[in-house]
Amino acid sequence: MFDDRSPIYRQIADRIKADVLSGALRGDEQVMSTNQYAAFYRINPATAAKAFQQLVDEGVLYKKRGIGMFVSPAAPDALRAERRERFFADVVDPMVAEAKAIGIPLGDVVKRIDELEGRG
Amino acid sequence: MNVEVRDLRVDYGEVRAVDGMTFSLDEGKIYGLLGRNGSGKTTLMSVLAGFRRESGGTVRVGGRPVFENGKVTSEICLIRDAGETIDIDKVDDALYFAEWLRPRWDAAYADELLERFGLRRKMSVKAMSKGQRSALGVVVGLAGRSPLTMFDESYLGMDAPSRYAFYDALLADFMAHSRTIILSTHLIEEYSSLFEEVMIIDRGRLVVQEESQTLLSRGTAVTGPADRVEEFTAGLTVLNTRRLGPTASAMVYGDLDEARRRKARETGLELGPIAMQDLFVHLTEPSGDAARAVPSEDASADRSGDTR
Repeated sequence: MFDDRSPIYRQIADRIKADVLSGALRGDEQVMSTNQYAAFYRINPATAAKAFQQLVDEGVLYKKRGIGMFVSPAAPDALRAERRERFFADVVDPMVAEAKAIGIPLGDVVKRIDELEGRG
Repeated sequence: MNVEVRDLRVDYGEVRAVDGMTFSLDEGKIYGLLGRNGSGKTTLMSVLAGFRRESGGTVRVGGRPVFENGKVTSEICLIRDAGETIDIDKVDDALYFAEWLRPRWDAAYADELLERFGLRRKMSVKAMSKGQRSALGVVVGLAGRSPLTMFDESYLGMDAPSRYAFYDALLADFMAHSRTIILSTHLIEEYSSLFEEVMIIDRGRLVVQEESQTLLSRGTAVTGPADRVEEFTAGLTVLNTRRLGPTASAMVYGDLDEARRRKARETGLELGPIAMQDLFVHLTEPSGDAARAVPSEDASADRSGDTR
């Protein structure tokens, strides 16, 4: 179920973040328990707990003692802002590097972007 | 139940099967016990279960000695590959015997597990396939709910759906009834996500005991032009290097901080994780100096520094 590229707990954390970004998980909504995640992904519950702890540390989730984990109300906006900040470094710069490496003029790339923009 | 082992030595005549192991295991964790054939896994577990007496050192389970100590051994269960080792006629007899032996036996759960593995009480154990006998071992091991439960390669002959049924049942029952579980296996990739901690033993010695996610985070594959890989890995613990023409891939063991990782990417090197099975292969290789380099590396490592 997991690829080998990053630790399982980080993949779980990324999945939850993606759900928060897409709106599948909303602010103050309860997320599934550590044990439910562990059973679903067939992993040690301590590993699943690590994913949750990471998200609590990052302010994406908060803990209600004895009840469970909830999405921080500020998390969707904070995650979006964080993604926006990394957008050029993570998405645009590698694309430009790839275009240069294979000999696509940047003008063509810009043209394509304009086309997509026009279509939308 | 917690386990304390100090300077454990086990000799078979002239042969030293366990050569000075010291470790402790916490209550309520799942441990993976990994080692090559003949590395001492089964011997170690036999001593922990009280089947065999230690030749030297001390073994305490729940704070008490184990050998010939019925109060302790009734709380310990070791499942060998094909279930309990005595000759048993029917599945029913195996369960009857387990119930008599195990104070925490859950008969209803045993029946549920039998059904899940497609076993029936009337089946003759001798006529069962290897996989079915392994499954019976799993039923006995899980339904016994022993505070220290060990499965020694309890998957032999089991097909993939049965193994998945085993992992699912193990995790679910562990979460409902916490206990200390030791799993020895050669199916490292399939098992690795079940472990909270991993113990790697080699030639009777403990090479690594580490949280499994921390162990994984210590392994990095560095791939790129051979000269740059060599330059980057100078002074690091390199477990293994493979070359393909001008390209080299080195397995580095140890924490790489963010500055180093950035430097690698800037010089055009690719960094990737190493699967537990590959780490295992190279941490136990008889020829490598790497295995000897590990314990000191390990001792100085910061357990909480695992944020990558």
